[in-house]
Amino acid sequence: MTWGLEGGTVTFGAKTAVDDVTLQVTPGSVTVVVGGDGAGKSTLLRALVGLVRLSGGRAQRPGKQAIGYIPATAGLYVDLTVEENLAFVARAYGVSGSDCRTRSEELLERIGLTETRSRLGGQLSGGMQRKLAVAMALLHRPELLVLDEPTTGVDPVSRAELWRLLSGAAAEGTGVVVATTYVDEANRGSTVLLMDQGKTIAAGSPSDIIGAVPGTMGVVRGSDRPPGQSWRWGTSWRVWAPADDLPDGAEPVAPTFADAVMVAALASQQVV
Amino acid sequence: MQYLVGARSATIRFGDFTAVDRVDLEVGSGEVVGLLGANGAGKTTLIRMLLGLLIPTRGSVSLFGGRPSRATRRRLGYVPQSLGLYDDLTVGENWAFTTAAFGIAESTLPESVAGYRHELVGDLSLGLKRRLAFAVAFSHDPGLLVLDEPTSGVGPLSSSHLWEDIRASAERGTGVLVTTHNMEEAEQCDRLVVMAEGRVVAAGTLGQVIGDRHVVQVDCADWRGVFAALDGDGLIVQVHGSRLRVPGTPEHVAGLLHRHDLGGDVSAVPANLEEAFVDIVTKASPR
Repeated sequence: MTWGLEGGTVTFGAKTAVDDVTLQVTPGSVTVVVGGDGAGKSTLLRALVGLVRLSGGRAQRPGKQAIGYIPATAGLYVDLTVEENLAFVARAYGVSGSDCRTRSEELLERIGLTETRSRLGGQLSGGMQRKLAVAMALLHRPELLVLDEPTTGVDPVSRAELWRLLSGAAAEGTGVVVATTYVDEANRGSTVLLMDQGKTIAAGSPSDIIGAVPGTMGVVRGSDRPPGQSWRWGTSWRVWAPADDLPDGAEPVAPTFADAVMVAALASQQVV
Repeated sequence: MQYLVGARSATIRFGDFTAVDRVDLEVGSGEVVGLLGANGAGKTTLIRMLLGLLIPTRGSVSLFGGRPSRATRRRLGYVPQSLGLYDDLTVGENWAFTTAAFGIAESTLPESVAGYRHELVGDLSLGLKRRLAFAVAFSHDPGLLVLDEPTSGVGPLSSSHLWEDIRASAERGTGVLVTTHNMEEAEQCDRLVVMAEGRVVAAGTLGQVIGDRHVVQVDCADWRGVFAALDGDGLIVQVHGSRLRVPGTPEHVAGLLHRHDLGGDVSAVPANLEEAFVDIVTKASPR
């Protein structure tokens, strides 16, 4: 069984928040939805888990009891302890007492929070809170796990631990969907969906997306902006020549994933 | 070389807790320096000290060659993550307010945001808000810019515009100090300073910070089986599609796979910044 959206569209009054987006979630894999503020990622995820009604297209999802979902903010109770938070979701999802204890122990161990089990959720650092929220969403072994920006503002050490947890869930067969604003996290997914202003601007595996960059990429050193479509990368410029006509002085390079994302964003602007 | 801002063995204690411990850090003219660290590593405390908002318990801090003060802070542009804009004022009003506060008699709204002059800041997208916050911080032609997660949450086009602004400013001689958790952003800095538990644990160019660190890459058909085996051994396994990356030696990883009767191509590959960061920080402050 594959979960996902087919031609999913969500409108709020006159505004189209998600516009004809298709997202496939295969059990045992990680799909990463990448986009900036206002791209429509949160609405897309909410539509996927059934919190927002689709105005067009179809959704395929398991029953509520088989979904784990964490919104971009919080996802835990600040005035319950770590253990109480886990016990609370266990009750909500009908996980039995003994199973809850074993599973909680296992998850706390994995996220390095065993020592903090009696601390209040509100006393944890931001990174610890995100890890606990993910553990809470995983407690009932969902078939579909949907996480809205679990790593935003989280430092790289906690981020590596979070991703280990998500990969672990996928390895056990869960279909995992993660929204992020960090372009480099797209490499974590077997499938990536790039969104901008409610629309899909690129989709596929990271290597498919790189492979789909038309024309030639180049690099130009120096402070002056080269002609054509270019953007900054460190002290140099990246230049994209869709018709292979790189400007003089540009050295051809293989496109990176970050280049592919810029190209997709630029190309989507030109269509409008 | 004259540094715009510098810390010499700067230390700050709150009671028994040492938040910043003998930190050396400089930012020179035209340089973009990235300040990285785990949450709670002391980055914010260090910045507050560099700005003169906290006094070092030991060591010293200089801003534009003197002690941080109201006068030296005038030559500084600071963009916090919260941006420091007024949501219920228009773009033009925000601009007028700040330029007046800095005593700039004549100023024109920069081209990048001029088209939004009459819009309320609260109605702008995050990318545009950040661009305005940058424009405001750049308005008095500061000698030093301090930017907290400058492109956090914005899309690729906005992010590239913001970096164009940062680089253009550095090329005019401004020094820039950027704090970030975004490794892609960090890679665009000229120099990096990595903090853990209040101390500087690595510093230098991207190449110097990564050094000759390697990770083990496993290309395999059955990533789930390989993940379960390596993860079960306590390794922090990072999955990239169907390719796995783990710290350690190829011999150790190959041995583990062999023991679990699993196949896969095992090789040592250069670590990326994120992997180097995790290695540096976890070794500096074992959990």
